[in-house]
Amino acid sequence: MEKGSLISHASSLFWEGHGVPWAPHLLQRPGEKTPQPSPPPENRHSPGRCGCSPSQARRRAKDAPPAQGGRGTAPAPAFSGPAARAEQITELCGAKRVGYFGPTQFYVALKLIAAAQSGLPVRIESIQCELPLPRFMMSKTDGEIRFGNPAELHGTKMQIPYLITEKNTFKRMDDEDKQETQSPTMSPLASPPSSPPHYQRVPLSHGYSKLRSSTEQMHPAPYDARQPLVQPEGASTGGPGAKPPRHQTSLIRSFSVEREPQDNNSNYPDEPWRITEEQREYYVNQFRSLQPDPSSFISGSVAKNFFTKSKLSIPELSYIWELSDADCDGALTLPEFCAAFHLIVARKNGYPLPEGLPPTLQPEYLQAAFPKPKWECALFDSYSESMPANQQPRDLNRMEKLSIKDMADFPVPIQDVTGDDKQALKNTVDEVLPKDMSEDPATPKDSNSLKARPRSRSYSSTSIEEAMKRGEDPPTPPPRPQKTHSRASSLDLNKVFQPSVPATKSGLLPPPPALPPRPCPSQPEQASEAELHPQLNRAPSQAAESSPTKKDLPYSQPPSKPIRRKFRPENQATENQEPSTTVGGPASVAAAKPHPTVQKQSSKQKKAIQTAIRKNKEANAVLARLNSELQQQLKEVHQERIALENQLEQLRPVTVL
Amino acid sequence: MAVCVAVIAKENYPLYIRSVPTENELKFHYMVHTSLDVVDEKISAMGKALVDQRELYLGLLYPTEDYKVYGYVTNSRVKFVMVVDSSNTALRDNEIRSMFRKLHSSYTDVMCNPFYNPGDCIQSRAFDSMVTSMMIQVC
Repeated sequence: MEKGSLISHASSLFWEGHGVPWAPHLLQRPGEKTPQPSPPPENRHSPGRCGCSPSQARRRAKDAPPAQGGRGTAPAPAFSGPAARAEQITELCGAKRVGYFGPTQFYVALKLIAAAQSGLPVRIESIQCELPLPRFMMSKTDGEIRFGNPAELHGTKMQIPYLITEKNTFKRMDDEDKQETQSPTMSPLASPPSSPPHYQRVPLSHGYSKLRSSTEQMHPAPYDARQPLVQPEGASTGGPGAKPPRHQTSLIRSFSVEREPQDNNSNYPDEPWRITEEQREYYVNQFRSLQPDPSSFISGSVAKNFFTKSKLSIPELSYIWELSDADCDGALTLPEFCAAFHLIVARKNGYPLPEGLPPTLQPEYLQAAFPKPKWECALFDSYSESMPANQQPRDLNRMEKLSIKDMADFPVPIQDVTGDDKQALKNTVDEVLPKDMSEDPATPKDSNSLKARPRSRSYSSTSIEEAMKRGEDPPTPPPRPQKTHSRASSLDLNKVFQPSVPATKSGLLPPPPALPPRPCPSQPEQASEAELHPQLNRAPSQAAESSPTKKDLPYSQPPSKPIRRKFRPENQATENQEPSTTVGGPASVAAAKPHPTVQKQSSKQKKAIQTAIRKNKEANAVLARLNSELQQQLKEVHQERIALENQLEQLRPVTVL
Repeated sequence: MAVCVAVIAKENYPLYIRSVPTENELKFHYMVHTSLDVVDEKISAMGKALVDQRELYLGLLYPTEDYKVYGYVTNSRVKFVMVVDSSNTALRDNEIRSMFRKLHSSYTDVMCNPFYNPGDCIQSRAFDSMVTSMMIQVC
């Protein structure tokens, strides 16, 4: 339904609902006095008959706290009270002339309402001056009434389609309003076609502080109201760039509200460049998500990927980087990162980028002002372990959501956000900051995973409990390297017997998967080796006895396995007398054979400990042998290198420097 | 002091060129362009030697009656060309060298910016301001 038809229906219903016959002449003669029959007081009682904006506007005017006086010049003071003012406003804004409440008229109307509320006479001139935003004390019942219209409908059937279409159009108009009326304090006094540029210019003149003060007023009151009406409270999207209004609205709201508790009435010259505590927390968490170590850097590419998600243009991002990377090293420390993030947030809110880094964003200032948070929280330990399945990218829009979430005081979902954002907002709004922190360790250290996260993901998926559970995981990893190390040594044995292979130190370093603990049957054989250990009399192996843990059992078992296999054919000749660097283990294994039954008598614990001791000794022996082998190889490689260098010297052309 | 400053990429296209806007800038562009030949000549004159044996500062490339053109090459074959006014006799070689060093360090700062793709035009404000400071010092 077009606006044109909307008007007529709306107007007709309005007047009908109020028991006044529709007077079409009213629409044609704008300057005329308002109709003689005074609108009955039922105006106030049956506001719900129409879901259209004209009635909305009027209702709003009525809802607004009555101000004294303020009668328009043109309409005769036939009526008193808010209803009359509503009429005046309607008339003044041109709705009557045009026949409908277009955006232009809507803005003017709201502006007039603001004027009326502040006590100014309801005239066009009163719009010129800067006014606080109009306050609407609307309750949720309005919405109910609006949607309950069909139920209340007693009228003819033809009213029903009107209402339905009205609802649709009203919603549509709301959307338009959301998109267009970002700040109703502007009133396009020019004709409608030229109004958009006009009211876009105006907010700049108002200044941001003005908006902020007005947002402060707006915040406490209308959060119960329907969001679309409260929409204009703070968005300064009339500012530079045509950023998506929704994002900006949410940002600006969060931004202004963030500042609200901090410096309520003090307008520092660098106020937008001051990082609040909440913001700081958020930035720090983001930093941690990119780089778990708070004292190190975020590399350039990582930061680039991250900041690119903010959807700012590359030149702007480049400039922000230039500002924030104070030491120009291509990496961001934590204060630099916070500064950069803050600049991005500010830019998205419409603030022009400064010429130089503001003093409050200097790294030294930031480091001094905000001492490092407690990194030793358990969540930090969970970084290495917490690799949740939801490796989703962290869109910087989440930053917006988070900054809103930071408020956490405003549970009302922000409807002016896009669907995705809205969803995430609804989720995030219910969460608290700590959940944000729990969120961050959830992402892996690899920042590349930041890209792939769908936007619908929200923090509701993680909770503090989950994070704490992740925090319990860390203790397990450390033992692993030992196992792998042992496994590596066993592999090396295989390599050792293939001397042609230049098994370099890589044999020890790559952690192959550890073997599962060997089954018990092998223990008797190994237990018998314990007897042989005293015979072996190897000093390094004694040290291994100090830590016969269960882990060492599997630790030492793998090496013995190949040892046994390899040395079985040779075990006859080799006995304990072999040099300690070699077959000590295998020798024990070999000698174990003749004494398979001796150890069976000892208790299982003793067995286990002794087995462990044995394993360690074997492992030590193996490692020592490997070490010698590798040393030998190293020497050979050295010699090769020297030879090659000599050749190079000879081959290199003689150049005169 | 400098009348025109240009940064030329390895492939000999300009990454950044800026002149004192009082004169016909095209003339300076031509001068820089022709000086590239001289720069290449000087580079190749080093022979097949290793890069680190080559001097970065190339010195006076060629003088004209009004201007002198100085050159500087980085290790990555990025060339800086500077045109100075001949009437500015107080300008010594050392000062030119220092100016080139400043240029070089600003250039590396630009490179450090991850949002800068090598090969793009240089749009860094810090770089601009540094060049402006060099050009404004007209005696």
